[in-house]
Amino acid sequence: MRCTLSILLCFIISIVSAQTEIRKSIQSRFIMAEDGETIQLDEGTFSIDATLSMEGKKNIIIKGKGLDKTILSFKNQTTGAEGIRISNCNNVVMEDMTIQDAKGDCIKAMNVTDITFRRVKAAWSGKLSSKNGSYAIYPVSCERVLIENCIARGASDAGIYVGQSKTIIVRNNQAFENVAGIEIENSLNADVYGNEAYNNTGGILVFDLPDLQLKKGGYCRVYDNRIRENNQLNFAPKGNIVGKVPQGTGILLLAANNVEIFRNEIINNRTVGTGIISYYITENPIKDSIYYPYPTAIYIHDNNYARKHEKATMHGRMGKLFRFKLKFGKDVPHIIYDGIPDEKLILTNGKYPPESRICIKNNKGSSYANIDAANNFKKISRDITEADCTHVAQSEVKAWDK
Amino acid sequence: MKINFLIPVLFVITISLLSLSVRNQAPLSKLSEYGLFSGKLSDQQPAQDVVPYKLNTPLFSDYAEKLRFVKIPDGTHIDYNDSAVFDFPKGTILVKTFYFPVDFRNPAKGRQLIETRLLIHEEKEWKAYPYIWNAEQTEAYLDVAGETKQVKYIDEQGKTKQHAYFIPNMNQCKGCHNRSEKMSPIGPSAKQLSGPLDYGQGSEIQLTHWAQLGKLNGIPAKSSLPPAIIWNVPSTGTVNDRARLWLDINCAHCHRPNGPANTSGLFLGSAEKDSLRIGFRKTPVAAGRGSGDLLFDIMPGQPDKSILVYRMESKDPGVMMPELGRSLANKEAIALIRQWIKEMN
Repeated sequence: MRCTLSILLCFIISIVSAQTEIRKSIQSRFIMAEDGETIQLDEGTFSIDATLSMEGKKNIIIKGKGLDKTILSFKNQTTGAEGIRISNCNNVVMEDMTIQDAKGDCIKAMNVTDITFRRVKAAWSGKLSSKNGSYAIYPVSCERVLIENCIARGASDAGIYVGQSKTIIVRNNQAFENVAGIEIENSLNADVYGNEAYNNTGGILVFDLPDLQLKKGGYCRVYDNRIRENNQLNFAPKGNIVGKVPQGTGILLLAANNVEIFRNEIINNRTVGTGIISYYITENPIKDSIYYPYPTAIYIHDNNYARKHEKATMHGRMGKLFRFKLKFGKDVPHIIYDGIPDEKLILTNGKYPPESRICIKNNKGSSYANIDAANNFKKISRDITEADCTHVAQSEVKAWDK
Repeated sequence: MKINFLIPVLFVITISLLSLSVRNQAPLSKLSEYGLFSGKLSDQQPAQDVVPYKLNTPLFSDYAEKLRFVKIPDGTHIDYNDSAVFDFPKGTILVKTFYFPVDFRNPAKGRQLIETRLLIHEEKEWKAYPYIWNAEQTEAYLDVAGETKQVKYIDEQGKTKQHAYFIPNMNQCKGCHNRSEKMSPIGPSAKQLSGPLDYGQGSEIQLTHWAQLGKLNGIPAKSSLPPAIIWNVPSTGTVNDRARLWLDINCAHCHRPNGPANTSGLFLGSAEKDSLRIGFRKTPVAAGRGSGDLLFDIMPGQPDKSILVYRMESKDPGVMMPELGRSLANKEAIALIRQWIKEMN
């Protein structure tokens, strides 16, 4: 018995030290990497016990042997707030690997110019829980962000989250079983296309929030995405803005400006196919005097909408709103505008000037409601002609040389 | 998992370290090679041109005790300022040795030295180099990849404590020592060096001592030096003074406008005056599960409803603040911050 125990103990110790050695080996390579180097990681599952960080490098490729072939598992992580952290770099490509079960965010990139994630899976593997980390793939304060052919799953905030960044392409990814599938927050010039967002609480979010360094985002296109069945119960910890996203949300624009949404398949999101809301609807106080809390210059056109004939969510504040104020029953509109306008913009004809309007045109299978939240939902209007207008197309984010 | 696999890994690390020390002049591979100490290395007796110093209110690092030294090159000096970390001349070396006494109640029982961090102001910029002490306590070796050590000691209350102590990797140094993405010292500023230290001839004000050595120019009259606020000594300042200085040294290295946590919009430097930016009724931005289901960073009057307290109390790497440098909660500081929030209205 004692013999077996000591063998077992040896075994455990050797596992623990092996973990440390693998982590130290990869970490050393991250630190020693010369500009222009490719750091090749082997095939296999590697248990990593602390954050792996890269700092101050140029022109680095971190390459695995393939998504789900090179797996860095942070299940036994004991220190560090993220799995991988890339900061203050210039041109870093991370591709062909899986990062999973980090204690905080799976991959965070901060202050990086030219950051690419390609064929990377970032996921929490267990059941969906508010104990999962916040963001699977998380570039923040970056410039020129490319995220393509990636998979994000299980995030208790957003699977793919681009925050306070500029010039962004998010394409051909799969985001499922997160609170938010893809979120673009306080960011400028983003193209989000060809993605699959499904079984999240909310599929694709474009948000502008107060109190941040990059004050005003926008100039964003969301197109050719398949956004379906985003009916996951919201499992975000409270306090976080995504905790307020109602179960059954396809696309949500919060205080976003200059956003064009077109040619998407927005299917079977039970509560709101596309929501256009101001920050006031969150009921959070606004103390940031420079912050602009209204959505303006929104253009939603040529999308395909469908939903089952069923009730909206009953959960959360929004559930209450649908039950007691909106009373749509099973006849829930696909596109909802909160009807909290910027009074300062309204012209004598009662409308926004043409360049600021919310325009909704030529969508298939859609219905609409302005829920008049500004006046305690008194005059809910389902007449879409108030949004019958067009905007000039937002410009394309040009792919940069990779 | 097998031993024979460890060998190549260790080999790679050794080679990498060797190549690092060949490529640049610094870092040296052993702490002793810098000549910062006289006599036995583990005695940590500073060499002639090395000055010990002490911060009024230091960063918490899992109850580790710290020895601090500075070497300012001959013929150079600092110009005094009362608001920011001193601007040290090129060639300066800041030295910080982390250790645990065997028994916190009786220093005579000896100590375990864990790591010594050097912050060197090289030609272009500051660089940080971590050295880890060997078990024999005869030498500390450069280790860029970080390490976890088990430590054991008897605490102030006479209780035996045992826990993991994390030594950060070289990149993580910059997680805290970061000003607009440039490496920078955090501690040595006028407000942190205004307290006394005994250099062998009785107690002296550190700033005055530095000035007498010719290392600090332009200090004001003694009456105009900043007060020496010690976070856990109530006679040195109000609860607000002590809490703000504690937050300044423990949080504001990241949570300031040019620090790595500036994306959060929460700024905890002691000079910050905007109550929203300090966190009063401020909603979190990207805290994720760090919010602990609470709505505001600081809810005045209600420490239990303040995310700040929740994250100070947590030991979960995905939740706790600071993100690095501790695996324990700092009970005494939590009590201070709780009192500070409770007394707000």
